[in-house]
Parts: sequence; C-alpha cells; structure tokens
Amino acid sequence: MRNEYLLQVDNLKTYFPIKKGLLRRTAGFVRAVDGISFAIRAGQTLGLVGESGCGKTTVARSIIRLVPATAGRVIFDQTDVLSADRAKLRQLRKQISLIFQDISGSLNPRMTVSSIIGEPLKVHKGMTGRQLNERVATLLCEVGLTPDHINRYPHQFSGGQRQRIGIARALALQPKLVIADEPTSAVDVSIQSQILNLLKDLQEKFALTYLFITHDLAVVEFFADYVAVMYMGRIVEQGPAAELYRNPLHPYTRTLLSAIPQVYIDDFRLTIDDCKPVLSEVEGSKIENQKSEIKPAGCTFGPRCPWRQNNCFKQMPQLQQICNHKGHFVACWKY
Amino acid sequence: MNRDEILLSVQDLSASFFTEDGVIRAVQNVSFSVSKGRTFALVGESGCGKSTIALSILRLVQQPQGKIVSGEIVFEGQNLLRLREKQMRQIRGNKIAMIFAEPMTSLNPVYTVGDQIAEAIKIHQKKNTNQASRKAGAQAWEDAVELLRTVGIANPEQRAHEYPHQLSGGMQQRVMIAMAISCEPKLLIADEPTTALDVTTGAAILDLLDELQKQNGMSILLITHDLAVVAERADDVAVMYASQIVEMADSQQLFAAPFHPYTRGLLRCLPRSSISNPRSRRLQTIPGAVPQPPPFPSGCKFHPRCRIGCNDNRCQTVEPELRQVQPGRYVACWHAPA
Repeated sequence: MRNEYLLQVDNLKTYFPIKKGLLRRTAGFVRAVDGISFAIRAGQTLGLVGESGCGKTTVARSIIRLVPATAGRVIFDQTDVLSADRAKLRQLRKQISLIFQDISGSLNPRMTVSSIIGEPLKVHKGMTGRQLNERVATLLCEVGLTPDHINRYPHQFSGGQRQRIGIARALALQPKLVIADEPTSAVDVSIQSQILNLLKDLQEKFALTYLFITHDLAVVEFFADYVAVMYMGRIVEQGPAAELYRNPLHPYTRTLLSAIPQVYIDDFRLTIDDCKPVLSEVEGSKIENQKSEIKPAGCTFGPRCPWRQNNCFKQMPQLQQICNHKGHFVACWKY
Repeated sequence: MNRDEILLSVQDLSASFFTEDGVIRAVQNVSFSVSKGRTFALVGESGCGKSTIALSILRLVQQPQGKIVSGEIVFEGQNLLRLREKQMRQIRGNKIAMIFAEPMTSLNPVYTVGDQIAEAIKIHQKKNTNQASRKAGAQAWEDAVELLRTVGIANPEQRAHEYPHQLSGGMQQRVMIAMAISCEPKLLIADEPTTALDVTTGAAILDLLDELQKQNGMSILLITHDLAVVAERADDVAVMYASQIVEMADSQQLFAAPFHPYTRGLLRCLPRSSISNPRSRRLQTIPGAVPQPPPFPSGCKFHPRCRIGCNDNRCQTVEPELRQVQPGRYVACWHAPA
C-alpha cells in the first residue's frame, strides 16, 4: 500500500551545528528537526502545526533540500529525494513548489509580475515569447487576477494580490506537491478566507497535494484532512483533522487549542481548560533558545506540562497509536 | 454604552496624511469614549485608521506628512490637542502609556531592558528630583526589577541586565508592558499587542493585561484586527472600516447580534464559524478588498462589497452617518434595524 502516498517522510532529522571557540569547533547541535515521520496521500492536505521555532519551516526546507538533512528519508513519488543526484533533484524540484509567508520578501521587487511567474517556465521548460505570455496570462486568471496586471510590479498590488501572484508562480510548472508555509498569516481576515478558498479550488482543479504549514489551528481544522502537531522538532500528536479537534490528547495540543481566542465559547473549549498556557512557562520553547549542548533526557514538553510526572523526565515518549482511534497517534506517557 | 465615568473622550476626530499621491484621509469624524476601568476595542483590518487614532491620542502622528485636521481629544477634562508639547510629555508614558505590535523594533537594542524601564521611571518620577541622581538611579533600577517580576519574568534580577535581542518575543512584549505600567497610567493603549506573538504567548499576555487592569483599575484601549480577541477581552467595541466607525456597541451585544454588514461579514469569515457546515469546505468571504484611498467609493464606503449596498441607490450615493439605533448601540448603515 506504499504506492498511494505521494510524500513519505521517515525519521527526518536536521541538526544545525553550534560552532564555538577560536577554531570554530562544533560544540553541539541545534536539533531543529528531531525525528519527524509522516505521509501524505495524493490529493490530500496535511496540516503541520506548531508555534514559531518548532522547526516546521525547517521540515519544509529539508524536504526539498534547501537545507541539508542530517538523517532520515524523504520519498517523493517513489523517488528517494535525499540521495538524488543533481539532475534527478532538478526534476523533482519541478514537481514540488513552495508558497511563502513573507509575500513581499518572496517577490523580487524589480521584476514585473510576468517575469516573476514566467521565470520557472523559462528556466525549466525553456518557454519563450507568445507561448510564455499565454501561459502566464492563464495562470493569472486561475488565481483571480487579470492579464492586464502583467507588466506591473509587486509594490503596485495589495497584500492579498501579492499572495495570489506567489500562488500563480507556484503553479507554473504544474506541480504535484505544494508546500504552503504560512500562506495567510500576513493578510487580513477577509482576504485570508479568499486565499484559502482559492487554494481549495486549485487543489480540486489540479489534483494538488498540500503540505500546509501554519501556527493557526483554526484555519487548519478547516483546510486539512490530516494534522500533525509539532513541538521542539518532534511531532507530539497526529491524526485525521476532525478526530484531532474532537478529541485532542496531547497536553500541548490542548494548550494550543485552549489558547485560541474565540468569539463564541462553546462547551468543548471548557473541557480543555485544564491546559491553559501559563506565562512563566512559555519561555524556552524555541529551539534556538536551547542553551544546552547535551540532548536533555525526557519529554521536551515536560517542563511546561500540567500533567508532568517523574518518568516524563527520564525518557522521551514515542508516537503511539491510540487503540480505539484509527490513525490517531500521540507521544505522551499518559497514554 | 456603560454610564461609568468617562476617562477619554474622542470627539469628531479627523486626521489626514499629505502625500505626493494626494491627501489621504486616514481618520474621518471618529467619536468614542473610554470609561474608567474598562477595555475599549477598536477593531478593523489593516489600513482602516485605528493605529492613526492611537497615535493621534498621544500626538505621535508623523509630521509634517500627518496632521490632525479637526476634533477634540478630552482626557481628564483637558483637550490634549491644545496642550503644549511640554505638557504632553507629562502625559505620554505617564498617564497614558502605549505598547506596540512589534516589541523588538520598539525596544532600544543598545540598552539593557532594566535601563529602559528605569529610564521611564526616572523621567516621570514625581518624587523630589533634587535627590542625588545615583540614589534615584538605584531606586529606579530596583523598581524596574520589581516590575519585571510583576509581569511574570522569572529571575528578574538577572534578566534586567540583558539586552532585548536576548529575550523571546513574549518576554520583549512583557518588558514593554513593564515600561508602560511603570508610572501607573490611567489609560493603556495596546496596539496589536499579540499579533507578532505565538498563540499561547499571546493568550498569556492578554491574561496578564487583564490581571493588571484588575489591580490598577486602568482603562485599556485595545487596537486589533482579531475579532476573537475582542470578543474575549473587550467590554466595548467600535468596528472601523476605511477611516470611519461603522458600528459601536457593548461587546456582548455586538457579538450576539451584529448589525452592520461589514461586522457580519467579518464574523462569517472566521474559520470556526464555518465548522458547522464542514461538507461545504468553503469559507465565507467578503468579496473585493479594503479600498485604498484616494479616492474612496462614493456613498457608503462599504457598498461595493455589500450584498445589499451594491444594488441600492442610496447606499451608492449618500454616506450614512453613525447614529444610535438602540441605547448604547450605534450603526452607520441605511439598512440597520431602526
């Protein structure tokens, strides 16, 4: 049954060396990604959720080798990505594209829209002239912009429109997998819902598979089929979206859910109030703030966990499936 | 609106920016009041003018491009717009304090956090300023450490010696809060205090502000684009669109029954409100985008995006005024329930 997964990530680790001293010896590692495993079926959406510093962007970059992974395997469409040679990698990169959070930073301000969207087509497919212009115009229409925007520069557009340009560029080579890294964090609420609907429509139309990375649990609930919650480089809980939201098990997931402000507080929210975020404990949850060079024993969430017990500090819990809930995994000694 | 004692009253405020592209009327005829001990929220999307109102209250609007064109801002019986700069400095950071969205850019990177908090204390000290400056400095430092403790920073004696870049975003925000409350202000203006923070940190920061409000009895003017934060934390709300207030009410009333189509549209856009119909897998939206001036649409500024207004002649040509439709409820819409 392995064939039906478009992307499989297996115990991925990405460590960044901390260099100290005059000779720049490696004193330790920042364990940005510390053993992540997940799989996405073609046509589905996996939501990778976590707060800033948990390593989710590094996961995305490791998958397409923008950053060298330290260990593990990434299999895309039956091909091993991490050990692929340059030519193979170039092929793979046509099939995986990225949408970025920093809309302004990811669009070259000195290039017109047509150049920005046309660049991948020129580089990878050698398209020129009329064929190129037609393709760019088609892409602009797909994302809700009009072809007369073709010769404008990014600064002449609103935030929501710029994100649409980024999406058009991501679609240019007809990718199979789109990694969207916080695509709606920088836009207003009313634009966010437009962009999310657009992404959904494009998914249906072009049979896209999404790896949707975000900190916004409310959006993910709506958008994703499957959700994985990350904390300090590891997945602490994962499962089908509806199941995870109905029955959040890991204390960190519960903390996240109880922290989301809501307009209408419902009973469900009251049941997860046992894990309200506490200010003094929120520190030190970013990976780059890790001061120790030695890997600490025990669960990384231990210091913040309202349910912590002795054995939580001795050994790191592994992801385990919860018996009565198929596909719902949690890494916590309580279960 | 509550009949409690009014601390700040903004009356018919208008502010504009004079640029090469023309005059941008960022705030037009805005009026509202903040009562003592209560939290008033100004909510709206980017560009609606809410931050400009905050800066106008403290007279920090960038000059010469920006100018407060008309109106009055009455605080404790004084019109702030008529004060001399020297008098205004007595109020800024002292009686009215402000915290900003991006703490890293609001803190001075070359001074320790302890020094920055102590600076605020020293400047606004009401005590005898003839005391030897070293002693006053030492006292201010101790006060700064205590404030760090109050805002929940562990090991404040040590942290006070650190620089802003050594702290996480949540801690930087708390340092700003410590600076802001150092002189026990009557009014705290919080401009998007949690936008740049993680959701768990943000929730904890808002809890902290609630706690401080209970202790000090200060009023909070909360500026945000996040309706959910408003629903949880504000007592009174004004919804802004394109430089004007379109709806204003007590928070509970507003969320129980929003009147203005823009308010209703925003609430529908929230992902959680679409959960009840998961099969549809589409979020509700407000078509179009916030108008970028100049120029604004004619008539009601929201009409091009409004289901009713886009077909209604009066909405297209005549601008509705903010009027009271029920005790304490104000709406600017031709189709609001009368």
